Amino acid sequence: MRSAELKKKSRRSFILGGLGVTGALIVGWGILPARQRLNASHPMPVENGEVALNGWIKIGSDGTVTVAMPSSEMGQGVHTALPMLVAEELDVPLAAVKIEQAPIDKIFGNVAVMQDSLPFHPDDNGIYKRTARWLTGKAARELGIMIVGGSSSIKDAWAPMRQAGATARAMLVAAAAAEWNVPAAQCLTDGGAVTHPSGKRAAYSELAAKAMSHAPSEIRVKSPSEFKLIGRSQPRRDAAAKVNGRAGFGLDVRLPGMVYAAVKMSPVIGGAVGKADGNAVRSMPGVLKVVDFSHAIRDKFGAGAGVAVIAKSFWQARQAAAALPVEWRQDEHAHFSSDDMFRELAQKLDSEEGDVYARHGDMEAGKAAAKTVRAEYRAPFLAHAAMEPINCTAQVKDGRVKLWVSTQAPSIAVDMAAKVAGVKADQVDLVVTYLGGGFGRRLETDMVAQAVAIAMEANGAPVQMIWTREDDMTHDVYRPAALARFSATLDAAGNVLTYDNKSAGGALMQQFLKRNLDLDPISIKYEVLRQPLPGMGPDKTTAEGEYDLCYEFPNQRIAHVIVPTPVPLGNWRSVGHSHNAFFKESFIDELAHAAGKDPVRFRRDLLKNRPRHLAVLNAAVDKAGKPAPGRAHGVALHQSFGSIVAEVAEVSVEDNEIRVHKVTCAVDCGIAVNPDGVAQQIESGVIFGLSAALFGEVTIKDGRVEQQNFHNYPLVRMQQAPQVDTVIIQSAEPPEGVGEPGTPPIAPAVANAVFALTGQRLRTLPLRLA
Amino acid sequence: MVTLHINGKDVQVDVDPATPLLWALRDNLNMTGTKFGCGATLCGACTVHINGEPVRSCTTPISAAAGQKITTIEAIEDDKVGKAVQQAWIRHDVPQCGYCQSGQVMSATALLKARKNPTDADIDAAMSGNLCRCGTYQRIRAAIKDAAQSLA
Repeated sequence: MRSAELKKKSRRSFILGGLGVTGALIVGWGILPARQRLNASHPMPVENGEVALNGWIKIGSDGTVTVAMPSSEMGQGVHTALPMLVAEELDVPLAAVKIEQAPIDKIFGNVAVMQDSLPFHPDDNGIYKRTARWLTGKAARELGIMIVGGSSSIKDAWAPMRQAGATARAMLVAAAAAEWNVPAAQCLTDGGAVTHPSGKRAAYSELAAKAMSHAPSEIRVKSPSEFKLIGRSQPRRDAAAKVNGRAGFGLDVRLPGMVYAAVKMSPVIGGAVGKADGNAVRSMPGVLKVVDFSHAIRDKFGAGAGVAVIAKSFWQARQAAAALPVEWRQDEHAHFSSDDMFRELAQKLDSEEGDVYARHGDMEAGKAAAKTVRAEYRAPFLAHAAMEPINCTAQVKDGRVKLWVSTQAPSIAVDMAAKVAGVKADQVDLVVTYLGGGFGRRLETDMVAQAVAIAMEANGAPVQMIWTREDDMTHDVYRPAALARFSATLDAAGNVLTYDNKSAGGALMQQFLKRNLDLDPISIKYEVLRQPLPGMGPDKTTAEGEYDLCYEFPNQRIAHVIVPTPVPLGNWRSVGHSHNAFFKESFIDELAHAAGKDPVRFRRDLLKNRPRHLAVLNAAVDKAGKPAPGRAHGVALHQSFGSIVAEVAEVSVEDNEIRVHKVTCAVDCGIAVNPDGVAQQIESGVIFGLSAALFGEVTIKDGRVEQQNFHNYPLVRMQQAPQVDTVIIQSAEPPEGVGEPGTPPIAPAVANAVFALTGQRLRTLPLRLA
Repeated sequence: MVTLHINGKDVQVDVDPATPLLWALRDNLNMTGTKFGCGATLCGACTVHINGEPVRSCTTPISAAAGQKITTIEAIEDDKVGKAVQQAWIRHDVPQCGYCQSGQVMSATALLKARKNPTDADIDAAMSGNLCRCGTYQRIRAAIKDAAQSLA
């Protein structure tokens, strides 16, 4: 009965393509006209003679081009790469392009991230996939959710920002042509001016006002062969401000009359405030008020329950919060432990079929096998540990809310603030600061909900709410823990006959939608769409990296069992790929050894029909050369967020510790808009993944997260950081993501090198030698 | 009232002498270049110089910093070595999210003041207390060597 119930629940929590499923998807499709992404309903504000030529671009009287920037800069280099798209099409130097935070408007809603959340194989180009992407794209344009995640910023902006640049250019050219009475086709653009072979020249700033009456009829963006800027490395535009302390992060917001808040949240997952004795700390230095913010947010939005102390400085607030006596009501999950949960995952793998993501051939073919290889892999919960602790500054005054926050989700942050304060979204003003790291943590809006609830009690003063590192580590939304089983059969020649992979873990997307968008997917009538779109699985993130294999096997079955958990789960850089790539690429290595083949050759044999993957693998292996004496190479190949990455890790074992000396990467990400930016992201992804591979583990005991700070949640430090070399494959295909794809291959590459070196097959993360 | 000598000027802060220098800088003096990362001497984001030595301001009470020569990221460009470090950081496109970089620049500047031509082992030792979640370590290493050359 219990099992049947759980099964039913698991089916009911079926989520079509994660974010792709919303009520609007159902009402939106087929009824509403296609939404263009050029002209906003909330145009960019203009001043001092500026002219907005469309929703993305305005031209100043000094010739400055200002671009609306929908994407938050969290280190991924998007404030450098996106202006390149406009500069390219407008034929202006990159230095002439300035960015301005985009207003909240549907044209800036991220379409690519939602389309990519559909659970299709990357190579699939069938009618179902195309239909689903079309429907999801349509719905995404209606929803207009502005989020920076899924390595999608360039992918999403690639068409609209270049079109915006090309449109503006065409309007400026048309204005000049009309003025000079020459055919537009004879005019050229260069250096922020329109020119004509007759010697005529007019700066964009002179033409901008007149250009407004020349709506273009046909827009042509440049073909890759015409690019002058795209594809050439540009220095980061944010570097100078980030070496002199002047870059403004969320924590650096300073406002007249601002006060600070420290929080105290339930130590046990899901706990609530029983009683908080504010009187005990009211006389402490600087203390202004004690606020229980649970009621405003917990039940409705799921953000952490707790109490805040408002004080004149954060240090004072924090001292008082530490001294504040709070009784918690936290019985529900007081006995939860991650060890028990792994036992439950194993039981579910024994008893449940799971949701099948990919199946073809006949698994009975394995009966004729010469050899069977079985393995079980395991990955723990992980915290994001962005260097800037979670914070948000909010002011609630005169029926309006002002927000200053380092967020990956601007439009969700605004909606969240409006819901908590009981105002309309257009009564919320948002300033997005630099992000001191995002990695998926800042897709969440719990900090916004809390800060607004606290600010509502602050008599109109702006309140900066700051979490300590311990608050952050123990109240994260964690990368799901997972368990995966593999069973494969080989014939006598070492060919794979069958490949069976079933994993189990928590599903994050349903939690994310509930927490941040107040959407309960269970209540959505997904059946409407389920029929025309067979083959779509539940929360894609659970099985991404497992079902979307680049290797071809004659018979295979890949399934995942969702096991509900009280642990808050979230998007952690590369999401499901982060652990599933470790499982899959380690097991492929096991199969290679079982087949008696070199792991690189074994992969090449499986990639006969995948020239892009093969080229990436070969490029990394060729560049890596031979390992130094006493070291071994381990290889992994993985596709995520559209990009294919191969990594070769050069590893030694010293004093029974794994030491990674060098990582050689190759990446096919389509057109690399800013090649050095791509290299930076691959380097970053590797080190991020290496911290997880070598050290990363969040454990829960008695309902409490055990890790508190960097002493028991260590990250890679200078002396442990390998040299990372990156080869970028030349391509004329549209750009794919690069913020995340460097992360998944590193753990298996290291584990495979450890096996080559020691014969120990490490199947549990973090990697620990016997 | 505690008098602190910061970036060549005497400033007064009217807070509990046990207050960590980090919070006096950030909240009382609005000098936000120095960052809060862990509050426990584990990440290095809050690194400042006291009498030229790199110190974690998150666990240094202002009572201990009073009367000492404090230098923060806001003034490091006035220092020849600090300026060279910043320029090398820009040449190598070191920062990503950038949050830890104030502390990295302060630690690297202190290293180069102590050792003109640091070896890899010197860099490991001097920089091991500064975490970078974006993993910019190899560019930091290259930039330190480049800064050393530019100062030679």
